[in-house]
Amino acid sequence: MQSIVVVGASLAGCRAAEALREEGFDGRVVLIGDEAHRPYDRPPLSKQVLAGTWSTDRIELPAAGADLDLEWRLGTRATGLDLAARRVALDTGEDLAFDGLVIATGATPRTVPVPDGMAGVHTLRTLDDCLALRADLERRPGRVVVVGAGFIGAEVAATCRERGAPVTMVEALPAPLARVLGEVIGGTCADLHRDHGVDVRTGVGVAGLAGGSRVEQVQLDNGSAVDADVVVVGVGVTPLTGWLEGSGLTLEDGVVCDETCLAAPGVVAAGDVARWPNPTFGQMMRVEHWDNALDQGAHAARTLLAGDGGGTAYAPVPWFWSDQYDRKLQLAGRPGPGDEVRVVLGSLEERRFVALFGRGGRVVAAFGMNRPAPIMRYRSRIAEGLEWDLALSEAAAEAKAG
Amino acid sequence: MRIVVDFDLCESNAVCMNIAPEVFEVRDDDFLYVLDENPPEESRPKMEEAVRRCPKQAISIED
Repeated sequence: MQSIVVVGASLAGCRAAEALREEGFDGRVVLIGDEAHRPYDRPPLSKQVLAGTWSTDRIELPAAGADLDLEWRLGTRATGLDLAARRVALDTGEDLAFDGLVIATGATPRTVPVPDGMAGVHTLRTLDDCLALRADLERRPGRVVVVGAGFIGAEVAATCRERGAPVTMVEALPAPLARVLGEVIGGTCADLHRDHGVDVRTGVGVAGLAGGSRVEQVQLDNGSAVDADVVVVGVGVTPLTGWLEGSGLTLEDGVVCDETCLAAPGVVAAGDVARWPNPTFGQMMRVEHWDNALDQGAHAARTLLAGDGGGTAYAPVPWFWSDQYDRKLQLAGRPGPGDEVRVVLGSLEERRFVALFGRGGRVVAAFGMNRPAPIMRYRSRIAEGLEWDLALSEAAAEAKAG
Repeated sequence: MRIVVDFDLCESNAVCMNIAPEVFEVRDDDFLYVLDENPPEESRPKMEEAVRRCPKQAISIED
């Protein structure tokens, strides 16, 4: 293998490129990124950068400045893949030959229909999105409506409250994150925002946006409406696989890979765009977390260098964090609908707790608010197959011991 | 090798603790404590992993 093309220059792609060099690959490595900016870290976009407390030069990724002999093609989009000819087509009209390919194109935000020419409606994924939203918040310090109470929406709501703006958060589910965390824990996430003065409206969807050249109102599907100066839509993301249509790769809500992250001979995928069977959980998953982009990027790179059939299984316990107000939310594992849920440490009322999620006699996830160390310990033990009954009895004994 | 944590950046995610509990500990007060500021040379790969995987890039190694 002499030439490797990495499509996607955010965390997963950059980490893949770093790992190729760490593993001793000394051939050509080309990184293609559709954003013009040097690679940067996304989590601060909904927090410190949006708040204005961090300048943008603080979020550059290490790979951007490292001496790794990488060829950067920033501001360039991949438009097609010819697997047989082993070439990637670019929007510049060129095509690039490769021996190995890393697909790390990430995902793009979904949104609601916005009438033509209506300003003031934002999504948040890129640095440009963040700067546009921040500029709008500064120009129009008024009422913010956040559509969607997922983690991005919740972080934006928290940051806007801390900026002093009145915030309404609208969520179609009966509670924020109800599909992930269930209604009880999700309800606590809603209460956290109510504690800080957010008008949280659940179980209600968006019917439309009203206004002229700027948005003025968000109309809800229960017939009510909320006045808005700025609207932020955080209703999830769609993996960016359009450029791979017709390539022969299997695309099903992401690029489908085997358990080593291999999508086709000499082709791997990593990060938000990759769907693979995780042996730890015995299920297909696509994970949109920072930590996964980092680990899967490196894993996919090693799979590529190991040659077809030589890779090892990628079997992580997914983990992420979200900072909202003075609370740190962390989730390790993969909760699902119908899981048994038990608070084993602290209480929902004090907003400092650990909740375990059980399925099939095992602990499948641990969610915490301001309990980082226990969540990390549970992360390791979930990887080891921690039994539900054992976890509950241990937690009860620890609570008794005080 | 000296381990330096920028406590203005550290948010106690406890990722480092999971990688090297003999060096990093997040206690019940939710603060990170560095148990061994000068870990032995053979732990360098682990320390490098802790540096890389810190979500806040708050850890550095000084030689």
